[in-house]
Amino acid sequence: MLRLENFTKQYATGDMALKGVNLEISSGQVVALIGPSGAGKSTLIRCINRLVEPTSGSALLNDINLTKLSSSALRKARRRMGMIFQEYALVERLTVMENVLSGRLGYVGFWRSWFRLFPQKDIDEAFRLLQRVGLDHMADKRADELSGGQRQRVGIARALIQDPELLLVDEPTASLDPKTSRQIMRLITELCTERGLAAIINIHDVALAKMFVQRVIALRSGEIIFDGSPEDLTPEVLTNIYGEEDWEATIKQEENGNSENGEADKTVKDK
Amino acid sequence: MAVKINNNGQKIWKRRDRRAQLQNWALWLIGTAIFMFCWYQISKATNWYFVWDAGRIASDIGSRAMPPKWSYINELWKPLWDTINIATLGTLLALIVAIPIGFLAARNTTPSKLFVRPIALIIIVSSRSINSLIWALLLVAILGPGIFAGLLAIAIRSIGFCAKLLYEAIEEIDRTQVEAISATGASNMQIMIYGILPQVMPTLAGLSVFRWDINIRESTVLGLVGAGGIGLQLQGSLNTLAWPQVSLIILVILFAVLISEWVSAKVRGAII
Repeated sequence: MLRLENFTKQYATGDMALKGVNLEISSGQVVALIGPSGAGKSTLIRCINRLVEPTSGSALLNDINLTKLSSSALRKARRRMGMIFQEYALVERLTVMENVLSGRLGYVGFWRSWFRLFPQKDIDEAFRLLQRVGLDHMADKRADELSGGQRQRVGIARALIQDPELLLVDEPTASLDPKTSRQIMRLITELCTERGLAAIINIHDVALAKMFVQRVIALRSGEIIFDGSPEDLTPEVLTNIYGEEDWEATIKQEENGNSENGEADKTVKDK
Repeated sequence: MAVKINNNGQKIWKRRDRRAQLQNWALWLIGTAIFMFCWYQISKATNWYFVWDAGRIASDIGSRAMPPKWSYINELWKPLWDTINIATLGTLLALIVAIPIGFLAARNTTPSKLFVRPIALIIIVSSRSINSLIWALLLVAILGPGIFAGLLAIAIRSIGFCAKLLYEAIEEIDRTQVEAISATGASNMQIMIYGILPQVMPTLAGLSVFRWDINIRESTVLGLVGAGGIGLQLQGSLNTLAWPQVSLIILVILFAVLISEWVSAKVRGAII
């Protein structure tokens, strides 16, 4: 569904952030993208929806080359790619509902969005999604009144209301506590399964990534150096990705994590 | 900063080393000398006979101005109303023009840094560099005396102020919120109203009431050059040496400014 061919980004400063990345993701596949800071993870997903312009190479979403699109065609293509951000990136002074509905901006005209006259089916869907992420009673709260975990749930609802085929997720848990991080990761992966969405999830926390995805890709200085299942992430591989360190704890944490899943699940439903 | 090691091997820290200390003293010396010289020049050019006389003249005018001529107040309501209208409508008109100019001038929203931004900046600078009293003089000459000239003078003077503060606020917005809105496939106009406008709204509201507050004060003097408002009465009273009327007008202006100050403080408090 998504195919990157020789995808390259060179910043104006001369830094090569991506060096000819080749990658294929099939429909409905959830991929974790790991790697040290500055490896090009954020750049990679921002180059796909062209928040950052790639320098060369192509990104094909259902055989449409995103890198060649005119700005109006790009807007249409962006509707099919939902994005979730590290610092949530909600519009702080708008309400939860307005934030969720802003995911529909690509589908409604200027005056409708100015007067907040969204079609009723969008509003129905917004309420459905808010209920799904456990925030339907918060619809009228302003975004800056929410806690970190709640904000990220709004961010998820905003991405999903776009009716995307692909989710681009940039460090969804980096600003959250360990328990909330797991809940958010679980929510994202569950929703991907429910709706058959493909996703690229940038994530620092290797143990957390291994808990929730079936495929892990590692990036180091702009190149893919690992692409496989979480089980194949041995200490040798992690040393190759991040450098020398004792990796046993990171790998063992996975088993502990699985035993806590049931309990965390309950908390999500309680909310 | 200077770190030295003394004979005991102790590290000594002083804010400045010897060289910087001497430079500092020299600068203060030069500064003081310049100040003394200027003081001497001004003193030479002052007619001290009049200055020594000032206390007696002031108390003389003061005694003539007291008590204020309270009955004159009935002729002041209309000009006071005009003054408030000049300030309010002038501010509104300025905002209508200043908001687009602010967006054109901000580095992150301007359509072209090479052509549009410099033009917007020139508009801002030229509006700010000329005092509203001078704008009023020009406009009275062009449009004839009256409220309309005053209103335009206030508006033109305020455009630069509002646009400058607005574009600075736009340049300081959080970029990720804008990114998030653009990632949904929103158009540029939609990005503006969803990603940018909510972020600058507090600034916009704050600067509007602040400018309105300034404009109330500025519009009280516009009448001096014939641009309507309470200044007309002030000029008339000064010319006829009607000191009790002057003191009443000054009291009324003081009162109006106090009220505007209170209103703008309340509004700003409510927004932020």
